Amino acid sequence: MKENLQQQQNTDMNKQQEGRASRGALLWQLFASFFKIGLFTIGGGLAMIPLLERIAVKEKKWFDEEEMMDCLALSQSLPGVVAVNMATYTGKRKGGFAGALAATLGVILPSFLIILLIANILLHVGDNPYVAGAFTGIKAGVCGMILSTVIRLGKKNLKDAFGWIIALAAFILIAFFSVSAVWVILGAAVCGIAWAFFGHRRSARTERESALPDDNTEGGA
Amino acid sequence: MPALLSLFAAFFKIGVFGFGGGIAMLPLIFQTVQSFGLMSAEDFADLVAISQVTPGPIAINAATFVGFHYAGIPGSVAATLGVVVPSFAIILIAMRFLDTYKESRVVQGVFTGIRPATIGLIAAAVVFMAETVLITGGTVAAMPVVLFLIAFGLSIGTKISPVLLTVCMAAAGAILCS
Repeated sequence: MKENLQQQQNTDMNKQQEGRASRGALLWQLFASFFKIGLFTIGGGLAMIPLLERIAVKEKKWFDEEEMMDCLALSQSLPGVVAVNMATYTGKRKGGFAGALAATLGVILPSFLIILLIANILLHVGDNPYVAGAFTGIKAGVCGMILSTVIRLGKKNLKDAFGWIIALAAFILIAFFSVSAVWVILGAAVCGIAWAFFGHRRSARTERESALPDDNTEGGA
Repeated sequence: MPALLSLFAAFFKIGVFGFGGGIAMLPLIFQTVQSFGLMSAEDFADLVAISQVTPGPIAINAATFVGFHYAGIPGSVAATLGVVVPSFAIILIAMRFLDTYKESRVVQGVFTGIRPATIGLIAAAVVFMAETVLITGGTVAAMPVVLFLIAFGLSIGTKISPVLLTVCMAAAGAILCS
């Protein structure tokens, strides 16, 4: 306890002392990190998840996995460019409005600059077999990386039957029935509200009666 | 000036009504740029090809490309800003709302529901990407599947950086998949 308090005071003092300098550094880091993420996001917004997880969760510790998932859910269910949504969210969390600007600018700048470069020079860049092969390799690799991210996130965050049912239902509805992600997230939100109001009482009861078999009829999507 | 304004407005509309990102936005982008007479179907096919082999969000690529061809660099800035501003504003407003009510049982319930759904959603993205890259013309493409498995194994079993892995996959793909 004492140590924690000491640490807290230390960080508070550090915060005051470093103040401006660290704020500038944070904005630069947000910009640079999202520039990197933008540069390596090839093939749609979700391709940035492995890199976002590595940088924002593991390296910089800007937020934890739970909050990354909130960010993803919001970015997917609100209109707009998914990558910009995620950059704005992360930037705002860590650096307020200026942070949101820095991260958003970072994520859009690579595509902006690259398109300006090749719009003139190389209109048929995709026709080159080596370029096409490289991008096939990248997409196959990104696919594998996202799969490993899913497994990591699932292991850590799916803790009860409710979570598993929602995750599986969302996967099946989107992947095999082409239901829009927007509707799936709205539906999951409604299920979550229902669970918050009616589920807890029931699970408390099931805990008390844990000797009895659980009929598991809860939580259909 | 009207050219820049109409570019900004056209892409602002894409930013507001484009759900789902990436490929899902392409029809909307096409309809919008056509209704403004900004682009032929042939140019659009070029744009799609370019977007798929360049980094970055497809909507940003499209905005930069269309804007540049219509009105040079100022045009590309106007169009890109147009598509970015709605995303930016909507997220900031949504965050403010959620932060204000984050203690409420309803908002907490919302997150209890959407967190696991997000995992399902990312898993579905794997399926969609696999369909476009691991399967060609109805058959499984051997080399991409090998690269997919290697990337998956390295990503889950080691601490290799996604950037390094992406670069390796590009090199391997250029040699093996060309």
